[in-house]
Amino acid sequence: MRVDAAAQSGRKVAVLDFVEPSPQGTRWGLGGTCVNVGCIPKKLMHHTALLGGAIKDAKNYGWDIPLPVHHDWSTMAQAVQSHVKSLNWGHLVQLQDRKVKYMNLKGVFLDKHTVQGESKQGEKTILTAENIVIATGGRPKYPLDIPGAKLGISSDDIFWLQDSPGKTLVIGASYVALECAGFLTGVGLDTSIMVRSIPLRGFDQQMAHLVTDHMASYGTRIFWKCIPIKIEKLDSGKLQVIWKNLESNVEERESFDTVMWAIGRAPETGDLCLDKAGVQINPETGKIIVGANEETSVSHIYAIGDLAEGRPELTPTAIKAGKLLAHRLFGNSTELMNYDNVATTVFTPLEYGCVGLSEEEAVQQYGEDNIEVYHAYYKPLEFTIAERDATQCYIKMVCLREGDQRILGLHFIGPNAGEVIQGFALGIKCNATYTQLSSTIGIHPTCAEDVNKLNITKRSGLDPTVTAC
Amino acid sequence: MDPATSGVKELFKALDVDIHVVELDLLEEGNGMQDVLHEMTGQKTVPNVFVNKAHVGGCDKTLQAHEDGLLKKLLEGGEMYDYDLIVIGGGSGGLAASKEAANLGRKVLVFDYVVPTPMGTSWGLGGTCVNVGCIPKKLMHQAALLGQGLSDSRKFGWEFDEKVHHNWAKMKDAIQNYIGSLNWGYRVALRDKKVTYSNSYAEFVEPHKIKASNKRGKVTFHTGQKFIIATGERPRYLKIPGDKEYCITSDDLFSLSYCPKKTLVVGASYVALECAGFLCSLGLDVTVMVRSILLRGFDQEMAGKVGAYMESHGVKFLKKYVPIKVEQLEAGTPGRLKVTAKSTISTEVIDGEYNTVLIAVGRDACTKNIGLEKVGVRLNEKNGKILVDNEERSNIPYIFGIGDVIDGKPELTPVAIQAGKLLARRLYSSSSVKCDYVNVCTTVFTPLEYGCCGLSEENAIALYGEEHIEVYHSMFWPLEWTVPGRDKNGCYGKVICAKLDHYRVVGFHVLGPNAGEITQGFGAAMKCGMTKDQLNSVIGIHPTNAEVFTTMEITKRSGIDISKKGGC
Repeated sequence: MRVDAAAQSGRKVAVLDFVEPSPQGTRWGLGGTCVNVGCIPKKLMHHTALLGGAIKDAKNYGWDIPLPVHHDWSTMAQAVQSHVKSLNWGHLVQLQDRKVKYMNLKGVFLDKHTVQGESKQGEKTILTAENIVIATGGRPKYPLDIPGAKLGISSDDIFWLQDSPGKTLVIGASYVALECAGFLTGVGLDTSIMVRSIPLRGFDQQMAHLVTDHMASYGTRIFWKCIPIKIEKLDSGKLQVIWKNLESNVEERESFDTVMWAIGRAPETGDLCLDKAGVQINPETGKIIVGANEETSVSHIYAIGDLAEGRPELTPTAIKAGKLLAHRLFGNSTELMNYDNVATTVFTPLEYGCVGLSEEEAVQQYGEDNIEVYHAYYKPLEFTIAERDATQCYIKMVCLREGDQRILGLHFIGPNAGEVIQGFALGIKCNATYTQLSSTIGIHPTCAEDVNKLNITKRSGLDPTVTAC
Repeated sequence: MDPATSGVKELFKALDVDIHVVELDLLEEGNGMQDVLHEMTGQKTVPNVFVNKAHVGGCDKTLQAHEDGLLKKLLEGGEMYDYDLIVIGGGSGGLAASKEAANLGRKVLVFDYVVPTPMGTSWGLGGTCVNVGCIPKKLMHQAALLGQGLSDSRKFGWEFDEKVHHNWAKMKDAIQNYIGSLNWGYRVALRDKKVTYSNSYAEFVEPHKIKASNKRGKVTFHTGQKFIIATGERPRYLKIPGDKEYCITSDDLFSLSYCPKKTLVVGASYVALECAGFLCSLGLDVTVMVRSILLRGFDQEMAGKVGAYMESHGVKFLKKYVPIKVEQLEAGTPGRLKVTAKSTISTEVIDGEYNTVLIAVGRDACTKNIGLEKVGVRLNEKNGKILVDNEERSNIPYIFGIGDVIDGKPELTPVAIQAGKLLARRLYSSSSVKCDYVNVCTTVFTPLEYGCCGLSEENAIALYGEEHIEVYHSMFWPLEWTVPGRDKNGCYGKVICAKLDHYRVVGFHVLGPNAGEITQGFGAAMKCGMTKDQLNSVIGIHPTNAEVFTTMEITKRSGIDISKKGGC
């Protein structure tokens, strides 16, 4: 969150940050999930996996690389961790520069204006404030009813492992699950995913399945419709996982070196003593109920980021919301955060970027007869020489059917999906229509140009495979 | 009388048409007349049928014309052409126009003929982009990026032998095989769409009429109602001793059978910088000789940064020199060449030894020797390009031009494709949609890619005045570069806004990895009139390079330091 924005307005600001160690004992520095156990280490490990692909591709492009090629986890882990630590340091310096008081304390409410901070050593500090912003985020969930669950790690641990996790089972099909399983596979580990119901809940399901199809062809094993029952530690040190296949109703077992839970995240609201301040939460989700101006049920207490009810759980959203909040509080601004059409990207081995509505949502909101879906299976130029399979490289644009066909959603699977989607997200913000997009001339040869070239509707039933330029 | 002649006579009798018969074998000057007919029509044999002054052909063609209903049309006084549309040039634009016209039910002929380079290089159907442009260029660029990836990868924990080297022939073969498959794909596509394809050199001999010569010297004649000229451009030479004898151009480089080794690239066009960039990244010793400025026509601040990055990655620049002669020291693959150059600012003369000299000083439109003067098509005298209106029509109403060959339009494959497609639709369906040449995005695939859309800063200042624009800018450090710890502050983005027009974004520039992928979407947003406010209100995708544009706050005017400090 952007306490520095408040400090820049000349206000006296203190920020409390305290990382409760994971059940495995992992802890980290200032900066929150994104920097320490989220986006940053994730993208770097994803990039490691992509470089593994690049080494394979390079041979087809004329690079003679003597075999064998293998990956050393520790080298990567140290490189990633030292980058993260440099970011921790950078955040500290920035706070100092802006005269924000940083306290490595765990904060709890005593009343509406009073927060008690407690250090690792148990020393307590009392602080009072005119305005309080809650931005404690979320932490990975562990199941409560599965014996041995705590033998597993979570995304809070994976990036801080000094040694290779070895043969790994990732339980869950959230984007965290798929991204982690993707890079583990990519660095050459025997990796499996266990999926209870559907992959990437909340995302367009056609796209989600293309993502998992690609992962399966990339070498990730996927156990569909299975739920874990028990984890046991064997004498060998390996973890035996017993699970039930919901379709065959058969119990199966296999041993792994590492089991990682990625079944979702829970907001960190439980230990804050919110009741003492009178801040209301949604009892179902545990998230804090907020208004359009991020205000909680208590007028001078605000909540931003992953723990605010109904907000996208994304770093840039939290940053922007924090900044705008500070501007409203101290900078005479009235600008509210607009949470519509937030673009996002899943960094699976083949990336999936999207903005706006999924096809399902569009059908639900507008009716199937009132939307037009343009789509294409395309082949990135670089895949040709590399002899890569492009079966899942796919673009889908969901538009209104009438008039100039305003774009409701754009979905892109392929290399650099994040880079591709960002600009189009802006186009959609500017109310781009299909007509405008198709009159925009492409940049050749890129993957992004295939978005502009979309011309086959799903309704037509025609083959959406793009042929050469 | 031979059966063919009697066949034709019977046909006209059956149709109850009066014919005037000239029996050449019965006339004293018959042989001479036959020669003249050959000259006029390309046909030696009899019968040689004309209807209402229009040449139809021999017996087979006449019977065919009867079957097609064309003969009837001609007899009724209409004009008959062999084709509704003849396209000269089977590159991106020409093929797009041909296929679209055929889709709309027209009879289309497309000519494509590659005049070999002085080194003897030639290629297949598809034009510059596929054979000697975008496609092989991007693939060699990719090979170069993979080289960078290999060295980065060690920092990410990948372990393999130190001895990695690049095999030019292997890369070249892989790329040429792929291009071969594209050439074939185009031929199949033309056949599927029933476009007639002729691998012949086409030139106008009279209005509506083309003389076509194939590789074996066989000449044919073809008439068309409308024509599209899409012959593109070819690399320019230096006109100095030794240039055509010993130097190569981009027309030769991508299919070069041997590694060019130590290379001098002459020129600072995007072609020059792209080629120099990938050659250097593949491990070659590369020098670029620049007469004046880099990337003329592009934003010069960006051009300077493109060059600086290349320089920091090992490309040498010889600035303000022009070559005056090239001599061969030793033949071979590659041989050894001596290049003598003179300074453009002093009397200094220098020389250097290279294995390969690549000339990339610009391209000339292919408008000579195609008979344009015979039909009166007007050209821009300075650059030889065809002058067209905003519907791609030349001064001759039935002749159009698309692609690199027309004056004043961007020389880009997707532009030619779009223009060709839309032109065919306007000609043969009820469409009135014109090609929109404004704000066309483009990307230079130098080692650090440069993507842009809209105005350069110079042009924005010229157009709006310095005080009426605001330039927001930022350096950025791709997350993927942090671990290898390279090129901090090498990447840069800027947006140029028109202050009096609600801070509408009139120029977008990005220098960084995947610049092409980034620029495309922003180009679409500019089409929708994106303003700085809208740019600010969009939320970034983290962690990407593109997100830097959603948080740009520092104006150039402010002079505030924009180097990247770290942190998210």
